Amino acid sequence: MAENFPELTDTRALRSAVDNGFNWVVSNYGEALEVAFLPMLRILSGMEQFLQWLPWYIVLIGLCALTYLATRNWKPAVSVAFMMFLVGLTGIWDAAMATIALMLVATLLAVLLGIPIGVTMSRSDRMQSIALPVLDIMQTMPIFVYLIPFVMLFGPGKIPALLATIVFAIPPVIRLTNLGIRQVDADVIEAVTSFGATPRQRLFTAQMPLAMPTIMAGINQTTMMALSMVVIASMIGAGGLGYQVLQGIQRLEVSRGLFAGLGIVFLAIIFDRIAQAYGRRMQQHPHVES
Amino acid sequence: MSDDSIKIRVENVCKIFGPRAQAVLEQVRAGMSKNEILDKTGHVIGIRDVSLEIRSGETFVIMGLSGSGKSTLIRHINRLIEPTAGRILVDDTDVLEMAAEELHEFRRHKASMVFQRFALLPHKTVLGNVIYGLIIGGKDKDKARELGMKQIELAGLSGFEDHYPAQLSGGMQQRVGLARALATDAEILLMDEAFSALDPLIRNEMQNQLKELQSRLHKTIVFITHDLDEALRLGDRIAILKDGELRQVGSGPDILFSPTDDYVRSFVQDVNRAKVVTIGSIAEPVVCLSEAEASTERCYNLLQERLAVVVMSKGKVKTVINRELAAKPDRIGSVSQGQAYPQATCIKQDMTLEEGFALLAESGGLAIVTDDQSTPIGIVTHRAVLNALAR
Ligand SMILES: Nc1ncnc2c1ncn2[C@@H]1O[C@H](COP(=O)(O)OP(=O)(O)O)[C@@H](O)[C@H]1O
Ligand SMILES: [Mg+2]
Repeated sequence: MAENFPELTDTRALRSAVDNGFNWVVSNYGEALEVAFLPMLRILSGMEQFLQWLPWYIVLIGLCALTYLATRNWKPAVSVAFMMFLVGLTGIWDAAMATIALMLVATLLAVLLGIPIGVTMSRSDRMQSIALPVLDIMQTMPIFVYLIPFVMLFGPGKIPALLATIVFAIPPVIRLTNLGIRQVDADVIEAVTSFGATPRQRLFTAQMPLAMPTIMAGINQTTMMALSMVVIASMIGAGGLGYQVLQGIQRLEVSRGLFAGLGIVFLAIIFDRIAQAYGRRMQQHPHVES
Repeated sequence: MSDDSIKIRVENVCKIFGPRAQAVLEQVRAGMSKNEILDKTGHVIGIRDVSLEIRSGETFVIMGLSGSGKSTLIRHINRLIEPTAGRILVDDTDVLEMAAEELHEFRRHKASMVFQRFALLPHKTVLGNVIYGLIIGGKDKDKARELGMKQIELAGLSGFEDHYPAQLSGGMQQRVGLARALATDAEILLMDEAFSALDPLIRNEMQNQLKELQSRLHKTIVFITHDLDEALRLGDRIAILKDGELRQVGSGPDILFSPTDDYVRSFVQDVNRAKVVTIGSIAEPVVCLSEAEASTERCYNLLQERLAVVVMSKGKVKTVINRELAAKPDRIGSVSQGQAYPQATCIKQDMTLEEGFALLAESGGLAIVTDDQSTPIGIVTHRAVLNALAR
């Protein structure tokens, strides 16, 4: 017989204290937080509406053009056109646009936040030794864990979905910005310093440009992670393809779940191709030594 | 400012690498060796109580084997490295007391640097690299381009301004490195083994170019090398470092002919002296007389304590009379009577022995040493040449 863990203390008091504390935060600051994040919501809704407003063939052609420019090969561009066509055919176009919008905005914000954090981290070993374990934890934590605090603070909706996505997707861009800058040839940095560059000039004329291939690899990973999180985030009201999957499960509509699921797979393939090809292109620049 | 004024003063500089440098400094001062310090404390001595005075307009060479602290020392001058103890004064300003902004200005305008492994910005074109210092210093783009193109032309890189460093050979990359350093018009040029990574031929070419450039620009050059031939070729004065310690400072001949200790002696013993010693440095003084003055008696008397007398005619060397000739007084007499003799051999004083060998062979035992204006300043004998090579 297994023995149950003994009840050493009464945890009710502790639990209610935690709950009360959290409720207190929500009731006192919930509204302020929501107002603070309103601009983010506007950007997200704007993006979503814009993508849905665009005629489908413009979006399709745009994605094909991006793919072609990145790969310089018409085969992937044609397969992108085919996949997007299927997305439209199965009636999940608007949901797909909502998913793309959330992914793009989340990626954009993650990059805008992540690069400065990565730069700060690259400047001090102390910062790095604090930040690396935090990033490790962030990357090993199950996706769902990210949803909990944001849902509690904001309730289900787009803002918690967006925030959870950003937090989930940001580690690679931070990590690789830090790494990229630290890997820049020390001789070059010394030379730049010897010509009187300030730390800021050093960053913008040497470190960032030379770290760019690595940073791009980080942005690439961040994009992919944002896409995978977007699906989960749909469960807390982000809408889009993930929501369709969820509905399919709830209503036992296999077709709905299947089509939406395929749509997610297609988007993942498309953005992965584009991002990878851009990453390779950056690395092959003729004048940047490997 | 006179040419002899001191541009850079290094005063009792010590540099110890490691986390507790200040504490280890005491042990270093107590005289522990580099290896002892490393074994006992894990700290590395970079530079050990070095004092130097580098004159304005001279090419000062710092020489030593790998790991002797050359790079560490030169980086103190523009404060890429800060000393554990000691001071560095440039134009009587303490480099260590400069505030950040002042230090940036100093690096932008006063001292520029050329690196062993070129250290060019791989993502910028040749032009972009050359004008880097100017742009950083806030110079207007068009003006910077104009100055940059001029440097590119001087460096013989015309037509390559839009190439990227990776597309150039090592020699050309270092030309870019040098042009980048010259573009800011800094008075001090710091060159850390600038030519060490180049092929011998290219290296030779770059050395000549540097000499030519220095004769035009009169910069204060601190040049680092581990190659004695290069040091002797370029340096007005040479400092020899061993394990972070300064062993000797002096001119090339000083170091060659009067090494202060066994280390320096062993260091210089393998050098090819014929390549280094100039004809001028082994010339012996001589008296110049006009044809009219060159009477038999006068020549005879002069030759008691001198090796030779040069006879001039209308400002040009006519002949040279040595003791052998003095033994045949009739021939001296004929000089004063205006008889022509075959031209004596003349050698420029700044030729190296090696360059002068052919002429010396022709001369039959004795040649006249002249300055740039072909005025005789001395004579050189085969015996003196052999002596110089024998030491
Ligand atoms: N940043 C550093 N940390 C620790 N030791 C160093 C550092 N830089 C140089 N050293 C040590 O200092 C000594 C002198 O190095 P360096 O000045 O580079 O010599 P050189 O240029 O003459 O080859 C060497 O023993 C080297 O290992
Ligand atoms: Mg070195």
